Amino acid sequence: MQQAMADDKDVLRDVWFGRIPTCFTLYQDEITEREAEPFYLLLPRVSYLPLVTDKVRKHFQKVMKPDDVGEMWFEYEGTPLKWHYPIGLLFDLYASNTTLPWSIFVHFKNFPQQDLLHCPSNSVIEAHFMSSIKEADALKHKGAVVNEMQKKDHKQLWMGLQNDKFDQFWAMNRKLMEYPTEEGGFRYIPFRIYQVTSNRPFIQKLFRPVASDGCPHTLGDLLKEVFPAAIPQNDGQKKYQVMIHGIEPMLETPIQWLSEHLSYPDNFLHISIIPAPSD
Amino acid sequence: MDSLQEVPSEQAGLPDPFNDISCGGWEISDEPRGQMSLWAVSLQGKVWFREDIHHLNPEGSSWVEVQVPGEVVQISCGAGDLVWAVLWEGQLLVREGIGRDCPKGSSWVVVESPSPEVGAIHVAVGVNVVWAVTKDHKVWFRRGINSHNPCGSGWIGMVGEMVMINVGLSDQVWGIGAEDRAIYMRQGVTANELSGKAWKALPSLRDSDRAHSSASASSLPSAGCFFSGEVRVQSRGSVIGDIDAGQEASCEAAPLLHGQADAPKPLIPKVTSDSFISELVSDRDRREGAVSTPIPEEDQGSEQDDKAPPALVLSHSPSCGPDPQWSNVDLEEAQTHLAVGAASDAAETSSLSSVATYNLGLEEPYGPDEHPLWAWVSGGGCAVDSHSQLSWFNSSAGMCSSMQSMSLSVSPAQTAAWRKQIFEQLSERSKREMDNFRHYEQAIEQTVWVKKGTMQWWRDWKPHKWVDVRFALEQYCGTDGSKEGILFIYYTFNEEKKYLHAFINEVTILVPVLSDSKHTFAIYTPERTKQRWPIRLAASTEHEMFDWLALLTMSCCDSRGVQGPPSKQAIWSVTCKGDIFVSEPSPSLEASPYPMSCDQMFWHQIGGHLRTIECNSLGVVWGIGCDHTAWVYSGGYGGGFFQGLASSTDNIYTQTDVKSVYIYENQRWNPVTGYTNRGLPTDRYMWSDASGLQECTKANTKPPSPHWTWVSDWTIDYNVSGGTDREGWQYAADFPASYHGSKTLKDFVRRRRWARKCKITTTGPWQEVPPIPLCDVTILPCMAQSKVEQVLLWAISNKGDVLCRLGVTPETPAGTSWLHVGTDQPFKSISIGGAHQVWAIARDGSAFYRGSVSQQNPAGDCWYHIPSPPRQKLKQVSVGRTSVYAVDDNGNLWYRHGLTPSYPQGTTWEHISNNVRKVSVGPLDQVWIIADKVQGSHSLSCGTVCHRLGVQPMEPKGQSWDYGIGGGWDHITVRGNSLEAPRISMAMLSDRPVPASSTPHSPLPLRNPEGMNGNVVQS
Repeated sequence: MQQAMADDKDVLRDVWFGRIPTCFTLYQDEITEREAEPFYLLLPRVSYLPLVTDKVRKHFQKVMKPDDVGEMWFEYEGTPLKWHYPIGLLFDLYASNTTLPWSIFVHFKNFPQQDLLHCPSNSVIEAHFMSSIKEADALKHKGAVVNEMQKKDHKQLWMGLQNDKFDQFWAMNRKLMEYPTEEGGFRYIPFRIYQVTSNRPFIQKLFRPVASDGCPHTLGDLLKEVFPAAIPQNDGQKKYQVMIHGIEPMLETPIQWLSEHLSYPDNFLHISIIPAPSD
Repeated sequence: MDSLQEVPSEQAGLPDPFNDISCGGWEISDEPRGQMSLWAVSLQGKVWFREDIHHLNPEGSSWVEVQVPGEVVQISCGAGDLVWAVLWEGQLLVREGIGRDCPKGSSWVVVESPSPEVGAIHVAVGVNVVWAVTKDHKVWFRRGINSHNPCGSGWIGMVGEMVMINVGLSDQVWGIGAEDRAIYMRQGVTANELSGKAWKALPSLRDSDRAHSSASASSLPSAGCFFSGEVRVQSRGSVIGDIDAGQEASCEAAPLLHGQADAPKPLIPKVTSDSFISELVSDRDRREGAVSTPIPEEDQGSEQDDKAPPALVLSHSPSCGPDPQWSNVDLEEAQTHLAVGAASDAAETSSLSSVATYNLGLEEPYGPDEHPLWAWVSGGGCAVDSHSQLSWFNSSAGMCSSMQSMSLSVSPAQTAAWRKQIFEQLSERSKREMDNFRHYEQAIEQTVWVKKGTMQWWRDWKPHKWVDVRFALEQYCGTDGSKEGILFIYYTFNEEKKYLHAFINEVTILVPVLSDSKHTFAIYTPERTKQRWPIRLAASTEHEMFDWLALLTMSCCDSRGVQGPPSKQAIWSVTCKGDIFVSEPSPSLEASPYPMSCDQMFWHQIGGHLRTIECNSLGVVWGIGCDHTAWVYSGGYGGGFFQGLASSTDNIYTQTDVKSVYIYENQRWNPVTGYTNRGLPTDRYMWSDASGLQECTKANTKPPSPHWTWVSDWTIDYNVSGGTDREGWQYAADFPASYHGSKTLKDFVRRRRWARKCKITTTGPWQEVPPIPLCDVTILPCMAQSKVEQVLLWAISNKGDVLCRLGVTPETPAGTSWLHVGTDQPFKSISIGGAHQVWAIARDGSAFYRGSVSQQNPAGDCWYHIPSPPRQKLKQVSVGRTSVYAVDDNGNLWYRHGLTPSYPQGTTWEHISNNVRKVSVGPLDQVWIIADKVQGSHSLSCGTVCHRLGVQPMEPKGQSWDYGIGGGWDHITVRGNSLEAPRISMAMLSDRPVPASSTPHSPLPLRNPEGMNGNVVQS
């Protein structure tokens, strides 16, 4: 009766403490005074690039003239990495099934205006993060929970993320994950579905966690409605991988459970749909 | 491989066709494996039993009529000893005397319908449960069913309306809703809570949803027909399913079933209602987890539209291999349940019996958007693990094939496959992405996190008063990754800013002190425990207080490395407010000669509200509420105000408790008007608390905290020590004095006690053990390593009856049933020792010893009267490995002297201490008490945990007390703590010879005592 079985809360921990080993290399066109050594770092999957790359900037600035240092941005295999996507999402979307460490180029010039937003300071990330939380709560609780929080509670969420404080963050975030038991879930599930090959940045629709007949919707139900191609066809061939936090949950997984346990700190389920490796 | 064979009714001499059939009995107590029982009901209402069914002769040999006292309409036979039937008139019959040697049983007992006006219509039994449905569709659960009492003790009305109910393996319950005709499954049915929690509708499984459905609804009607003359297609009561040739050819079973001549082998009857016959047939051990389990057969039902002609429903096995076809017929009237499906063959059971609907005269059984209207459900082949989530029922219509294959081949372990998969994948991911890269730098350096707030603080110095303070908790990560924290209280003194601090890793306990005026809690450190003066803080709202308490508790637990549920060795205690605390003992706690000081013990709270807790080192923990409800610990942690991360997700349940609040009405006599409510100016309040110091009127007295609500009005309490007169008054010469129940000439004052009941609703890891209210409980203490098949547990009911719980094991801590142990007077306290020695205290204050209790004879044989200490009435007893201690009404602690293996009653009581409220003696013979008064350096505390020092094998009485947490404590149990300290050789410390450490750890071998001092009062 006192089993040591893994608890659902361990999932929250595993998700929070997910790290991607990353090798930052200065792009060859950047002008340096001496040769720039690559820089290795463990990036938190749930965080944002500008929030965790102070050390990277400092490392490369040491070998560069101040005049040559513009706004830092990152690129992976030709794709500029959007800072406003969580790091885990960027990795899952572009670099799943590649060898580790994740190899990223660091740029200080030729900022790709058309692809990336500027990020002059952390307060911009905070504003983006908080607006995502508010949007998610609008879907989940008509915004009731987030609006009831005080300024300091919002700060606690943000500081929890910024300082990698799991307890601090979850002490507050759990309120955002509550719902009336009789309803069996949130109003709508905050999710976004991304794919590399699409022109649209992502797919987002209203989707309820519980079907009208009362049975819980699953990840499979969601995909069927939003991205049916991701569901393996009768021939058994898997064309796509459906990734969240570097794992492929089974299609039977209840979407409400996923939303409570595998959402990023911004309270969205960021789902990457990538072509299955053809090996 | 197998197919159905008609069991010829003529040969068996059956006078009329069958109406209902039910088989089970493969778990009849002590039965050699392979036998089973088959019961049938004929259309005339007679009951038949099939003789000699076993795995070599699965069709049995002959039908034997079993006389019944009425006309039976339906029968249900469980896997064990239960057989119940429904009479036409609406009563129920229970078969008694079923056992290994008499599978037919011996006699019927009539049980009245649950509802006096409405008769029963349907009954379903499992191993330990009986469910019934009455004609008004109400659902009833039979209370008190066990192997000793197949009749149970009473009906409990359940929520929900059903047309029928079926009980499957492990007593899981299925039903068809009366209103919507949907299939429901009873959620939350566990061994501890057989009645479950709620009905959950299963999403309808339409045949179009099933990939393997081999027949479509538009197939031409054929019929499977089963023992019914009213069904037009089939004639004699034949069990054969006849498959129309127009079906999809994929069903190769059809020819096999078309004629019996094709059947190559001896055929086996396939019949089920609540049984899983195929396991019997295949002679496999169903207890081995590897056995694949079929899903229940959900038979699609006929539409209950009056205009529609009767629809026939046929289900058949899906795999279309050599599986037998089986059939199921249901007519419109719900009470004539005709037939039941059969389990598919065990060798093929991993595949699900799919569902096909045949319809007579109806093109479509239901409109495209309607859900099917079910008529019958059988969960007989469905082993549902009580904790698993039945996600396989959640597959929604039209899901892709991969989903289907998943939902079609399901075993209990796979039911939460998605969850398991996530755990596994996350762990793989961590390995893949982090294991080889641990030398990489972390992107975020750890920093300090501070939580601040404002509170009031009860100032440490005089004059004591509440002062406004700022409160902060600073947490940071230690260099080794451990969490540290400091509490700060910032206050102003003489306009100077000052602060007080405490390290989180020094905090020993956080105690909520709820009152109706302030939301306060107390923080203790070892130093503050010595002073009897905690840091007292008050938050501005209750919510804020619980927020802080939850956070501080989590922080303290983190710094102590305490997480998850309490260990089996844990020490449990209860405060006088009913709050539950637990402490993890370190081996040094019972070390000798230098044990850990008990003010160093770290306690943390567990949700729930109890008056008493008892436990043993196998993790069996029972509690009793103020309202005498018995509770068993569920294995969880948290509950109450602990939420989110500090609480387990499972095993937390709602708990309620009821207690009384007392106030006193005081009066003084005067020569003119007699007793009036006008006292002298110096008198106490005319309405007061027991001390007379607080005014307590009926109107201004509130429940103890906002969590409590009144559930009764004020009533006079006649049950007061000293006795009362007929109006509840107690008389005395003056306040305060000792009161007596009748007026004398010297009495100038009187008082009476008023009581009002209040109720708390909270949550915690506790599950109710109905139905008998208890006042004491004790569990066999044992060493941690011991393997015990049955854990002996004794209790005293609220009425004073002595009870022995059967079936208690570490896996089923709630046990199964009570065995009554006779006494000639009511009892109030009981304790069982490590060698099965049972001691009890009667309500008259004398002690009793129970002889011959053993693992084989858990109830013992007779009571030996033990005289109490001179002029004292004992009230509580505790027995350790060998030591026996008792507490009397005047707070004296007594040690029983002279216990020997041949004379376990001992000779005399020896006085140890006074001011003792309760004693708990553990499996190491360690002695802990709740002391009434303990003087600290700053204050006096009442209700303090104390530990007896110097207890050694040769010195079981010990030497002195060490003082721990208090006051306000009411109960402690150390009976789970069998952690022995690493032994230090005494020779190293002193010149005294080493006490023989080889002997003391074996329990006393107790033999049946010769009656010497003790008098046998009852046998």
